[in-house]
Amino acid sequence: MLKAEQLYTALRDPDKIHAMQRIMDRLAQNFTHPLRIMEVCGGHTHTIVKYGLDQLLPDQVSFIHGPGCPVCVLPQHRIDAALQLAARADTILVTLGDMLRIPGTQGSLQQARASGCDIRVVYSPLDTLKVAQENPDQCVVYFAIGFETTAPMTALLIEQARQRQLANLFFHINHVLIPPAMEMILAKPECQVDAFIAPGHVSVITGSHIFSPIVHRFGKPLVISGFEPVDIMASVERILRQLDQSEARVENTYSRSVTKEGNRKAQTLMERYFETRVTFLWRGIGAIPCSAVQLRAEFAAMDAEVRFVDYCPAPETESEHGCICGAILTGEAHPRECPLFGHQCTPTNPQGSCMVSNEGACAAYYKYRRDQ
Amino acid sequence: MSERILLSHGSGGLENHHLIQEMFVDAFSNPTLCAMDDASVLQMGTMAVSTDSFTVSPLFFPGGDIGKLAIAGTTNDVAMRGAQPQYLSAAFVLEEGLELDILRRIVASMRTELTICGASIVTGDTKVVPRGAVDRMIINTTGFGTLIKDCSVTKIRPEDHIIVSGPLAQHGACIYAEREEIAINGLISDCCTLWPAVKSLLHADLSIHAMRDATRGGLSAVLNEWALQTGYNLMVQESSIPLTKQVEGFTELLGIDPYILACEGVFVLAVEPHDSSRVIELLHQEGHNRAALIGTVKDRAVTDKNPQVILHSAYNTQRLMEFPSGEILPRIC
Repeated sequence: MLKAEQLYTALRDPDKIHAMQRIMDRLAQNFTHPLRIMEVCGGHTHTIVKYGLDQLLPDQVSFIHGPGCPVCVLPQHRIDAALQLAARADTILVTLGDMLRIPGTQGSLQQARASGCDIRVVYSPLDTLKVAQENPDQCVVYFAIGFETTAPMTALLIEQARQRQLANLFFHINHVLIPPAMEMILAKPECQVDAFIAPGHVSVITGSHIFSPIVHRFGKPLVISGFEPVDIMASVERILRQLDQSEARVENTYSRSVTKEGNRKAQTLMERYFETRVTFLWRGIGAIPCSAVQLRAEFAAMDAEVRFVDYCPAPETESEHGCICGAILTGEAHPRECPLFGHQCTPTNPQGSCMVSNEGACAAYYKYRRDQ
Repeated sequence: MSERILLSHGSGGLENHHLIQEMFVDAFSNPTLCAMDDASVLQMGTMAVSTDSFTVSPLFFPGGDIGKLAIAGTTNDVAMRGAQPQYLSAAFVLEEGLELDILRRIVASMRTELTICGASIVTGDTKVVPRGAVDRMIINTTGFGTLIKDCSVTKIRPEDHIIVSGPLAQHGACIYAEREEIAINGLISDCCTLWPAVKSLLHADLSIHAMRDATRGGLSAVLNEWALQTGYNLMVQESSIPLTKQVEGFTELLGIDPYILACEGVFVLAVEPHDSSRVIELLHQEGHNRAALIGTVKDRAVTDKNPQVILHSAYNTQRLMEFPSGEILPRIC
């Protein structure tokens, strides 16, 4: 049987990487203009920067980093809601670790926790059940974040909370959807994207078919990729082959995990509990129609945005402090082009959304390539 | 009901006297300590001194406990300066209600660890604080050692070879897994006394410029501190860095960089290139079987740029080895 370590050793094999590099160099000879490939998953950004895969591409080809981090795109008023909910004396706020450092108007959850708010970090959303069961006198609010990848886990948590009739568990839903954001980027007249590396984990849930309409409408190659260096290099190679043949198709180099239909069980769970929002504000980008989900009206009793409406501020115009997150998140600017990068804005003192989460493009460049 | 620490054990009265006598003096017995004067007198030449306070949860973990850590941690720091650890102070801050059996096990573990480097505890202190004021116990130890060969970061030179004595991140990964109740078989702390290995190196007439144990912040903290303190860039070959399969699997699973996790029995050396193979050979002989050459000290960093630790990948690409900062958080997805 194949062991896990053999799997990732094979997917990091330097010989394979160098072989693909040679193929790309040969293919690139046919291209006279620059080619920009956008990835829209923080995990991909991380792999690219960590392993220096951008350094291996032919001169004409470059990566640009899209809105691939669900924490980074969360607007200020949603963070403020988390802070205000956490500040309630009878409330325990439960969330995933990456939320802790993100700055709201009045500090971060990390600071709120230090000043006495009860904020718990869980690895699995289902751990929230235990928190709710052990604290029957407290309101427990699960602050749900993530793309299509993590949304089914939240739906499962809701289902299990209902089965256990937990009356003290509430949900603040911040799940966003990736295809509408990709369409928004492609529809911009100044769009510089020639092809997409599509997110692997999102596709595990949704299936590869959800990207077909985008490819049809905009005519850009799209390859679904895994997260290891060989996955990403193979995806770039497939993109260059499509461009070389003037094709635009959905391809899948992550077939060990992604099918055309996706995970039907997860989709059913999501459909049962969530409905698409009319619009949702993305930090640094603005409002994108149909780009997030909310709890269905029939589950309003569990919805923290309904139950604690006074603690959930309305969306307002963003004021980023002189940083260019919006341009970075849509691939129009590189992290290093931001005047605050590495000076006023660092992972320990983030000013803009892209520096906040480990998955953000600015954080990845700061971490691995600060002065290079 | 099991015997427990009471506030009266720290009162300076009879209970205090009994605890000191039966728990500590008997275990750490030596003529200097047994004189029971207000201070001990030591005869020493040029000394290296280091102090550290230890707090760890859980108190017992695979591969060690807080007592072993308190002895190994401080004697290792003394040894890193090129000195033989000889004397220690030990101060205990105990939480009211702590089971005496737990304390006894920890003291026994300290005693065992002391025999490895032959050092002795020559002065000590005990305080008891009310329940909740500490998490069961804090141990502070200060170590004194006679300098044998002055090793210091100021002696690091360009072209020096960088060696690590063993696989990284085992202590950090083990404690992290214990706290979060993530079960991985064979994830064991590397906590150990380094003096036997350091002793052979110091007596072998080798050009060892600097040594530092890779405790909190791991390899990354040591190398980044060295870069900042010396002003030289450091170059590290990623494929040469030793890791155990368990640590690799654990850090892979959580998306954590193994270079920022703590070791408690691994040290980093900067040595003259012509001696590096001999240093590695000696470390192997001393049981540090996976000691390896991982990099070199490069030229001085360009003015107005911070000196960097650069990781070379097997793909001939480069990236920074980051200075650890913030809480260690696993990724979302």
